[in-house]
Amino acid sequence: MKLNFSGLESSAPLYGGSNELLCDGFSAAPSFDLPVTSDFDGFQKNSIQMVKPAKGTTTLAFIFKEGVMVAADSRASMGGYISSQSVKKIIEINPYMLGTMAGGAADCQFWHRNLGIKCRLHELANKRRISVTGASKLLANILYSYRGMGLSVGTMIAGWDEKGPGLYYVDSEGGRLKGTKFSVGSGSPYAYGVLDSGYKYDLTVDEAAELARRAIYHATFRDGASGGVASVYHVGPNGWTKLSGDDVGELHYSYYPVEPAVVEQEMTEAVAA
Amino acid sequence: MTKEHANWSPYDNNGGTCVAIAGADYCVIAADTRMSTGYSILTRDYSKISKLADKSFMASSGFQADVKALQKVLSSRHLIYQHQHNKQMSCPAMAQLLSNTLYYKRFFPYYAFNVLGGLDSEGKGCVFTYDAVGSYERVGYSAQGSGATLITPFLDNQLKSPSPLLLPAKDAVTPLSEAEAVDLVKTCFSSATERDIYTGDSVEIIILNANGVRRETEQLRKD
Repeated sequence: MKLNFSGLESSAPLYGGSNELLCDGFSAAPSFDLPVTSDFDGFQKNSIQMVKPAKGTTTLAFIFKEGVMVAADSRASMGGYISSQSVKKIIEINPYMLGTMAGGAADCQFWHRNLGIKCRLHELANKRRISVTGASKLLANILYSYRGMGLSVGTMIAGWDEKGPGLYYVDSEGGRLKGTKFSVGSGSPYAYGVLDSGYKYDLTVDEAAELARRAIYHATFRDGASGGVASVYHVGPNGWTKLSGDDVGELHYSYYPVEPAVVEQEMTEAVAA
Repeated sequence: MTKEHANWSPYDNNGGTCVAIAGADYCVIAADTRMSTGYSILTRDYSKISKLADKSFMASSGFQADVKALQKVLSSRHLIYQHQHNKQMSCPAMAQLLSNTLYYKRFFPYYAFNVLGGLDSEGKGCVFTYDAVGSYERVGYSAQGSGATLITPFLDNQLKSPSPLLLPAKDAVTPLSEAEAVDLVKTCFSSATERDIYTGDSVEIIILNANGVRRETEQLRKD
């Protein structure tokens, strides 16, 4: 079965042997081992069950006057078990572009890192930064070539290029959508509710950050598969900055502080007999 | 119309549990030494820990044949690195190499659940935790394997390191001393042995610090 490996090739010439072990991982033409089985789909389904990682999640991104706001939770769940509360779901592709992670953690991490490499190669080859449109298309084309093989990626590429702020949604089905507001993951309906009701194009950076944080918080409150730390990033003309990382448990009490209860009758300590 | 299912699976689960804890200037990596298949014990003293570099040790549970193959691939890649760069690989570099190695078998994965422990270039303890296809993150402590669901809540209670995602950042390494951490690991394994049939026999503990490497063994219940 011939797979499209252009996503992994580099233009550097091979030296040394053609043995993959003698070259560094990216110079060699990689080969993905495929098991010799009559039922590849069934095998894939079982393998996927075995490695089924971060599915439940809440990530969101939106464009506003001052740039792009990107936010995500940090919980990874395997079925009902929380496998991690500190997963980095906002991936720093390069200093002016961010990607969000939803779906398979390894798939998102690997392909975003690969995208970062290709963006850098583009810069070196063309003496200018790659556009968000170009970067998202690179990723979308790679994912399309692996369509049907079980990759699970639901990502948003957010960045600032010559045309201003850019935001694309790319997924492992091969879809790629340009937009101004997206939320991906099991908590996305809740995040959309908060985001849609509070969104205005003319928000300031602080207001937009608070909107994003609030949207993630509310999604983690209602969605069992989302939780951990709500991270908020801003992408401006000079690149991205991380604005905040707050534990959502603590956010709850800062939004809804507990009033001390009015004591009606106070009990005194019983005298020890 | 029922689909015919394969009678043979290339994978087996040999059980076992691995734990690693990162300290301010040390790292503890531990794994039990029981290797099982189904309800049988294949051997009571099998080491699941392998030294990848001077400052990187990997403990892996899952399918030990895949683990052995993975260890061999990583050792040989490390040897090549040493030939090319005239130095040992740092722990964070090894961590990314392991991630890429795992992902290259994305469609026929290594059935290995790994924990990488070592010292970073500043001498601080670092622990990296993985899933079977290579997604990884640096954490303050981690448990993998059949006893992981029993040990992790206990470590959360005792160590609860602040998330590395918090801003302003808080250090993830535990404030425990080296001796306390080793004692904690022994406690984890004796508890896991009580309730997990695949964990037991003995636990092999590797302690890595500025002075070098130390190895300890502690006997566990053999039933």
